Amino acid sequence: MAGETRRWCLAPSSGDPEPTRGDNVIEPDVLESTINTALATGGEFAEVFAEDRRSSSGYFDDGKVEELTSGRDRGAGIRVVVGDTTGFAHTADLSQAGLAKAAEAAAAAARGGSGGVEAVGLTSQKVDRTISVEIEPESIAKQTKVDLLGTADSAARDVSNSITQVMVRYSDSRRRIQVANSDGLLSGDDQVRTFFAVSCVASGDTGMQTGRESVGHTYGFELFDRYDVEELARTAAGRAVTKLEAVPAPSGTMPVVIGKGGGGVLFHEACGHGLEADLIAKGASVFANRVGEKVAADGVTLIDDGTMGGEWGNFAIDDEGRPAQSNTLIEDGVLVDYMWDHLRARKEGRPSSGNGRRQSYAHLPMVRMTNTYMANGNEDPADIIADTPEGVYIAQLGGGQVNTATGDFVFGMTEAYLIEDGKITTPLREGNLIGNGPEVLTQIDRLGNDFEMGHPGTCGKDGQGVPVGDGTPTLRVTALTIGGTAA
Amino acid sequence: MIETLNEVVEKVVAQAKPGEALEAVAVHSADTEIRVYEGEIEQFSAAESQGVGVRVIVDNRQGFAYSGTLDPEAISEALAEARDNATFGSPDEYLGLAEPDGVEAVELDLFKPGLADVPTEDKIAMAIELERATRAADDRISGIESAEYADSIVASAVATSTGLRNSSQETGCFLTSYAMAAEGDETQTGFGFSVGRDFDELDGAQAAEDAAMRATRLLGAVKPETERLTVVLDPFVTAQFLSILAGSFSGEAVLKGYSLFADRQGETVAHPTITLVDDPTRPEAFSATSTDGEGLATRRNVLINAGVVDGFVHNSYTGRRTGTASTGSAVRGFANTPGVGCMAVSLDPGSRTQAELISDIDHGVLIQGVSGLHSGVNPVSGDFSTGADGLMIRNGEVAEPVREFTIASTLQKMLTDVIEIGGDVEHLPMSATGLSLAIGEVTVSGT
Repeated sequence: MAGETRRWCLAPSSGDPEPTRGDNVIEPDVLESTINTALATGGEFAEVFAEDRRSSSGYFDDGKVEELTSGRDRGAGIRVVVGDTTGFAHTADLSQAGLAKAAEAAAAAARGGSGGVEAVGLTSQKVDRTISVEIEPESIAKQTKVDLLGTADSAARDVSNSITQVMVRYSDSRRRIQVANSDGLLSGDDQVRTFFAVSCVASGDTGMQTGRESVGHTYGFELFDRYDVEELARTAAGRAVTKLEAVPAPSGTMPVVIGKGGGGVLFHEACGHGLEADLIAKGASVFANRVGEKVAADGVTLIDDGTMGGEWGNFAIDDEGRPAQSNTLIEDGVLVDYMWDHLRARKEGRPSSGNGRRQSYAHLPMVRMTNTYMANGNEDPADIIADTPEGVYIAQLGGGQVNTATGDFVFGMTEAYLIEDGKITTPLREGNLIGNGPEVLTQIDRLGNDFEMGHPGTCGKDGQGVPVGDGTPTLRVTALTIGGTAA
Repeated sequence: MIETLNEVVEKVVAQAKPGEALEAVAVHSADTEIRVYEGEIEQFSAAESQGVGVRVIVDNRQGFAYSGTLDPEAISEALAEARDNATFGSPDEYLGLAEPDGVEAVELDLFKPGLADVPTEDKIAMAIELERATRAADDRISGIESAEYADSIVASAVATSTGLRNSSQETGCFLTSYAMAAEGDETQTGFGFSVGRDFDELDGAQAAEDAAMRATRLLGAVKPETERLTVVLDPFVTAQFLSILAGSFSGEAVLKGYSLFADRQGETVAHPTITLVDDPTRPEAFSATSTDGEGLATRRNVLINAGVVDGFVHNSYTGRRTGTASTGSAVRGFANTPGVGCMAVSLDPGSRTQAELISDIDHGVLIQGVSGLHSGVNPVSGDFSTGADGLMIRNGEVAEPVREFTIASTLQKMLTDVIEIGGDVEHLPMSATGLSLAIGEVTVSGT
């Protein structure tokens, strides 16, 4: 192939239906010439990712509508791969000239050698699964959105006189993406997300405490047919009020029972990140070279599933054009596979697992989780608590963080209680827990039958945030270190 | 670029209707990022981003919209959306744009034009050398998670219908190395970095050495016992602690009643050696800036003076509502309305080195790194709990490494439990300046 110029061209129209709903972000003939430009100096792989994202959000704070914001982000990211080098450029200028400039920059960055000629036909991918929403948020009057905020504020304040501050956030986004690459792929997706959160501050003799509740789904405005904002507000307020009675969390290592739904972030941190193929390839994960080995207790099954209907980390295609799929990572304690993006999969000669994601067109894709959850066990959750003479019960986890190379991870407890004599008792002030991923996986000794998904999350990696979901049944870990101040 | 941005914001503001206050903020950034792996370029990104944010206040109602492009059509759309959004805002008499307040912006030399002319080959060579030097620094270095060179050239402009016009440009470049060290089955990690405004300010050798040192000195780390003792925060950790603490001095937190210090102006809240200042006009601060997000000049604001709460920082809204005035502390990007916050916080330093601080401690822990600050610290209640790693301090010297433990206290208590402030000032790529800080009575939770 040396000395020849690689060509990329658009497949003749096959009469296939357009894979995207709505208009193209970039017209196919412009995509074609952009990829041509990207390959002109000898790229082995070139890709154009175009995005047009509209968002609206409302923020209610301090008893009033503080902010109503509309945003529009539109642009394209172009990457060119030569050998092990990826060149990347992005632009908000979607004219043919603007795209060509970015394509040249990406190609120059990849510093391609001689390259080869190969005529590549572009094939429209039929996306088997599209995610349709019932009510486009864009079709809803702003006043209707604003009214939700005030309703939640009132409901939260009605819970108790000790509620001194309420913050309510509504947001929706519609993200139309298009991916075309030199393997001939042309695909698109139209991703709608709607989110609502209430945070409360309660004040009492012991100072201030906070409580929060949030919902987010790949639904449109029908989110509010499924959730009652007043109920969400009361839950958030109740959490803050309960914590006014909270005592400092204990310190030291003890059994921890994590409630349904709330515990997904534990696995996201304890092993999810460590199963991302980019970290595996660099030896920066404690789970490298362990496929087929027993890495977790019996009965532990961990799945990452981008196809879970309506969940926050859901999509039809990932940000490399690959259809979302359900991937079993750990099955009955045995490590089955890692998560893959295009680049890592290509190197290993295997298919991507649909985990190539990016925050926006201005970012390179990498291996990311979608909806990560632990499958149900078969125990009654009440028995798990009753059989724990002493420990901590965590109803809601906050965020977490992991060092994949050592496996050490932390996560916050935002709603937690002491367990005394097999009963949930006193609420605890906030704090972090710390554990080691490979150790914790083997220390899960009880698994409930009450699986539930948790709250919508944003997972950060290398400075990029993407929406993710997680979930668990009630479960017990025999020993975790609680970062409180009480003896 | 600065001329283009000035034109863009001028053009938006010129469209202000009678009775309408209009503000436009435009930002352009050009970024380069080079990541190397095993002596080759792994990723090379060259990117330009830009955008305009438009804020409208009419009849005491505020609306905002932004456009992630300088495309005139998209900017017009943003202006129309902002006007429309304003009709849904709650009326609030304190809403308004910043007004000229006579404070002159300090001239800061934050823009080094030479950075744009550095040949790409030199940047690549520097990243490759960083990776090589990190590997070579110690036999136990088993791999490099990432070695990276990055730079950015940022220009921004603000214009308001109240007559403010401000624009600025700044450059920055960074080297970061994340090293892995291994011994037997055990792996530990460490980072090192170097920052500058111009290419020749970067010190790759130091970054490599720091990364290797931080990773190797944790090898053999064990989980410590649970006990209450003195901790010494490394400068990098102190800076993170100060950034969180500074949030409690935001005028917004004060107004909304969730600042720990809201009703405590004039009261002693900290050890008498503590003087905490927010001063974005210090050119050596990485986050230095001469103007704020609303176009006012930045200035020196004292938060805690010798242990006593001195003041808070305000943007024009929180300033008006509290009956004071903006302290030039509006923070924002083009995609947000102005928030309020500290930009360049520092503690008045002590005089001794970290080793000297440690020499007075019989039993304690040197905290090298913390994790989970976002999940374990609640700035409203003050509860502080983070994951940590570091080195035990025994009889005035650092001893065995420790990991997988937490440190916990409350922000309020940590301020009064300060034992000594180090003199080892480090300017870090963060909004706070680092130095070593010894704090007593912190709970270490381990076995």
